[in-house]
Amino acid sequence: MSSATTPTLVEDFLGHFGPYGGRFVPEALISALDELTQAHESAKRDPEFQNQLAELHRTYTGRPSILTEAKRFAEHAGGARIFLKREDLNHTGSHKINNVLGQALLTKRMGKKRIIAETGAGQHGVASATAAALLGLECVVYMGEADTKRQALNVARMKLLGAQVIPVTQGSKTLKDAINEAMRDWVTNVATTHYLLGTVAGPHPFPTMVRDFHRVIGVEARAQMLEEFGRLPDAVLACVGGGSNAIGIFHPFIGDANVRLIGLEAGGSGIESGKHASTISGGSAGVLHGTRTYVLQDENGQTVESHSISAGLDYPGVGPEHAFLHDIGRAEYRSITDAQAMEAFSILCKSEGIIPAIETAHALAGAMIIGKELGPSGCLLINLSGRGDKDVATAAEYFKIEL
Amino acid sequence: MTALSNLLVKTQAENRAALIGYLPAGFPTKEKCILAIKAMVTGGVDAIEIGYPYSDPVMDGPVIQAAAEQSLANGTSASDVFDILAATVALGVPAVIMTYWNPIERFGIEKFAAELAKRGGSGVITPDLTIEESATWRSACAKSDINSIYVVAPSTSDARLPKVVEACSGFVYAASLMGVTGTRGSVSGNASELVARIKSHTSTPVAVGLGVSNGAQAKEVAQYADGVIVGSAFIRKLQENDNFDRALEAITALAKELAIGVRR
Repeated sequence: MSSATTPTLVEDFLGHFGPYGGRFVPEALISALDELTQAHESAKRDPEFQNQLAELHRTYTGRPSILTEAKRFAEHAGGARIFLKREDLNHTGSHKINNVLGQALLTKRMGKKRIIAETGAGQHGVASATAAALLGLECVVYMGEADTKRQALNVARMKLLGAQVIPVTQGSKTLKDAINEAMRDWVTNVATTHYLLGTVAGPHPFPTMVRDFHRVIGVEARAQMLEEFGRLPDAVLACVGGGSNAIGIFHPFIGDANVRLIGLEAGGSGIESGKHASTISGGSAGVLHGTRTYVLQDENGQTVESHSISAGLDYPGVGPEHAFLHDIGRAEYRSITDAQAMEAFSILCKSEGIIPAIETAHALAGAMIIGKELGPSGCLLINLSGRGDKDVATAAEYFKIEL
Repeated sequence: MTALSNLLVKTQAENRAALIGYLPAGFPTKEKCILAIKAMVTGGVDAIEIGYPYSDPVMDGPVIQAAAEQSLANGTSASDVFDILAATVALGVPAVIMTYWNPIERFGIEKFAAELAKRGGSGVITPDLTIEESATWRSACAKSDINSIYVVAPSTSDARLPKVVEACSGFVYAASLMGVTGTRGSVSGNASELVARIKSHTSTPVAVGLGVSNGAQAKEVAQYADGVIVGSAFIRKLQENDNFDRALEAITALAKELAIGVRR
């Protein structure tokens, strides 16, 4: 990109966001990625497909999700008004279902009968298994062996839903390695199989397509803010691992120059400790899992292991559109430590009667900081991306609650 | 002309395929890796493909994954990879590096090509660099006068295939099957068809990889390809033999068997 070029906010036809995105994958996958790009583009313009998805969201997901004003939580956030977009109330308990239903319908549109998925915390795996059951698809979920132990309950849920869960024993045995293994499966079985990637990372068209399926979050929230409260928020906040819930709520606000977009990355024990998952705040440009983006890497270009109390944010890459929004200054990214996230987790539980996912708690911790910066006249919209049932064991251990 | 291109001219003149052996740099250790390469060359391997071990090798099966993991645990760095390359060139055979893209970008695109040329390497195979993303790399390779080698897959469309082939110099890497690296009971029937499709677009030599592990398979592939690439089968000799000297003997024996195979 020449310096004279005005940065565009629209990806090009090869899925580039400025210098980020694109495709860095084995040649064997190109035809499948082309097929998927085409299927997505045609489905986007097909009213029948769009109606089918909207109807599923209305009658199955439970959309639109509501906005909740968090008045007691706001007392801990400088008195700013705080609105929660309740993606935790969706079927399966998080925003993940938005993308999964969209891609599962695309799978059928392409005439494929098998889906594979990767999962970290298990939320995307559960959502994928759910959609597969609903639409009659075979489902295989790759999950790092370490994560199958951390999230045993979600493994059981996937199995109850009829999915096969394959523990991945390579590398760090976490999400990154589950993605590697899913890609190997895909390279081998690409003719019959769709890889239902769970975040806005990966090769084109995934970052664009997954964003398009999650935009519904921001589209609804923007309209709800205007209709119910007569204004747009000063800032929209969301946690960022791969960044799917964040891009979903950010994207419809990108044109609203006065609305700040703030992504909260997982800081683990703190960036300076080296044990974190803050890819934008603490990483550098590189290539991981098929896309050019910010990556946690060493001087030889090897991916460095990430660390976070939240399995869903424990990823050493990030969606390429976030990398771009960061570089052009349209979105800000900050790092939240495990301790800050767990404090916010506890405060939301006790002030609002909502147990959030630990991932989401990073966004809530960000709101406590930004709210204090803005003061009582401030107005924040937070994507409450998931519920915390899956995290009860982790939280109980953290707060030393005996089970 | 790179040493690799010269080799392929020579083997074509001898009416045979070139035997190309693969080993991840730094596996099992830096010193033993060089000895294993020497054992391959002693047995008749014509050219060496040195793998740059990478943390996220999505194109590789369990054998190469395990070897790369061991190499990384040994702390193999870019300078080790180039040292092994230089040691291979010193044995008198052409050497290329096979690497996923990120290590090149991290090292510096032009710098990587220049360093490879300086150490006597012939080229680089980049299995996850799509031709759409390859412009900067290709000009860096041209500037340093080294080969840039890309993979063509059975699923590569007729419309796309000529573009990938055109981007290749040295040879075109034909992936014989849809899948990751590793030994297979038989070489896929797709391979000869794919090589024929490639050859209808170019006079650049074509080498076949993925799944070749014995003399009979090498002979079969040599009927239609200019090069036969063998990786996992060599690595397995090192993984199976606790005694390193015995592993070296097994590598040389396998290389001899394959070298007879490629002579059709």
